[in-house]
Amino acid sequence: MMDKETVISVKDLTKKFGSFTAVDHITLQVRRGEIFGFLGANGAGKTTAMRMLCGLSFPTSGSGTVAGYDILRQAEEIKRHIGYMSQKFSLYENLTVWENLNLFATIYGMAAKSIREKADTVFKTLGMENMRNVLVKNIPLGWKQKLAFTAATMHSPDIVFLDEPTGGVDPYTRRKFWEMIYRASSEGMTVFVTTHYLDEAEYCNRISIMVDGRVKALESPEELKRQYHSGTMDEVFRIVAKDAKRGD
Amino acid sequence: MKNVIDIQGLTKRYGKLLALDHVNLSVSEGSIFGLIGPDGAGKSTLYHILATLLSPDDGSATVAGLDVVKEHKKLRAEIGYMPEKFSLYPDLTVRENLHFFASLFGVDVNKNFDLTAPIFDQLKKFPDRKAGALSGGMKQKLALGCALIHRPKVLLMDEPTTGVDAVSRSEFWEMLSTLKEKGITILVSTSYMDEAQRCEHIALINKGRILDVDTPVRLVDGMDKNLYNASSKEMYPLLEALRTLPEVKECYTFGSTLHVVTNNGFNPDDAVKELRQKGLEDALIWPAKGNIEDLFIKLAKDDG
Repeated sequence: MMDKETVISVKDLTKKFGSFTAVDHITLQVRRGEIFGFLGANGAGKTTAMRMLCGLSFPTSGSGTVAGYDILRQAEEIKRHIGYMSQKFSLYENLTVWENLNLFATIYGMAAKSIREKADTVFKTLGMENMRNVLVKNIPLGWKQKLAFTAATMHSPDIVFLDEPTGGVDPYTRRKFWEMIYRASSEGMTVFVTTHYLDEAEYCNRISIMVDGRVKALESPEELKRQYHSGTMDEVFRIVAKDAKRGD
Repeated sequence: MKNVIDIQGLTKRYGKLLALDHVNLSVSEGSIFGLIGPDGAGKSTLYHILATLLSPDDGSATVAGLDVVKEHKKLRAEIGYMPEKFSLYPDLTVRENLHFFASLFGVDVNKNFDLTAPIFDQLKKFPDRKAGALSGGMKQKLALGCALIHRPKVLLMDEPTTGVDAVSRSEFWEMLSTLKEKGITILVSTSYMDEAQRCEHIALINKGRILDVDTPVRLVDGMDKNLYNASSKEMYPLLEALRTLPEVKECYTFGSTLHVVTNNGFNPDDAVKELRQKGLEDALIWPAKGNIEDLFIKLAKDDG
């Protein structure tokens, strides 16, 4: 089942907290370079599932590999080969742009020389050369987002996990962010992303929708719209998530 | 109709930064009024002043007929405020939060039951769950319940549905419609343009200034007509290719298609030919009807 082009492969992944089954036998594969949208209602189990994929939480049962490493036995290796960005916490406000990048890249184990080289390239590409020494709290939201994404991908991970990267972000800035995602994906990086903006679901190659701990739908947006006779992903989501019993 | 919120020349500076620049705005009684603008536009500053948590440097504002500076103590009993960040006590249970807010305002939890019952109905499954352990949608419903406990005349809500899923957002907006029918005036900001569309009037705000105020339909009708859809299997290359065409002013992702804003000289057939020559053989272009989101992008672009 597992080959070079499959970067995430999990089977019957399950997490229980006491008698509560947060994630209930999920099975999915993600291909290299794919933008995979991981959707679900609040409380469906997305965050718990994502934590297991990132090697931060040990599954109750089930198995799988992420970036070629075993979820059950090689969690530390997984952490080194992925990037992670969340909307809630991603940058240190009281450090400068450069200090943030340097810190994250060092934590991911990059050598000082390659950090400097990579940072030079990145600053040039993003047009941020004059912002190097500015405190992160003083830069606009759009830049913070680009920087957070860069901090999570400086070490060229196989996969980057983005947990609601655009929550509360205005339509203009959200689009600028998605262009970074497109670019990373076109360069071969796999992007695993959660969002509540359903127009963003349309930008993914494939989507899964979680309901009450299970994966209820898994397809390309076009195919899902066809299956559910819907014009938009917003309608698809409402149909699939309508009968959710828990969480909210 | 009577104005419940009246703002005249409101100005606020933080050092050199002009957060609000002579803002004028009126909101009529019993309406749902949307405040739409990018991050840093001044929305939260405006909320802080209306909620009597911050004094303006210049200008004035009244809410429910009371001056936000001179009569701030009286005013506090007339408004319900939901700040951007979840601001209930995470270590108190659902029930404890409700009782706490009721006692702050000196009212009985059951007194305004007609307002709060539909909300608390959905919370009654877990009265003893800590607020911090509720899911996103549920937290917002509890916050709304707490903001309504003293039957305010005006609800001030700063991005109440951030991080909330589509189904819960719909339920939340249905509650707002019910509250409006009971005569409560609602000022709400949002980054979801489907929610902006549900407001009776919206004000577009950027860099501390109100750019326009109207109904969503009229705002969209007044927009540039040169707007097209474009699609291909290769969306990112399509986006890059379209941006190189001289007649294309702006191109951005829009759900399953791209939206292309052009000048008058744009010819869709010629553009398709050019795209196909560049290897995008399945490229299609056809006219699009704009919405609030297009308008927002145009304003953010023009202004920033």
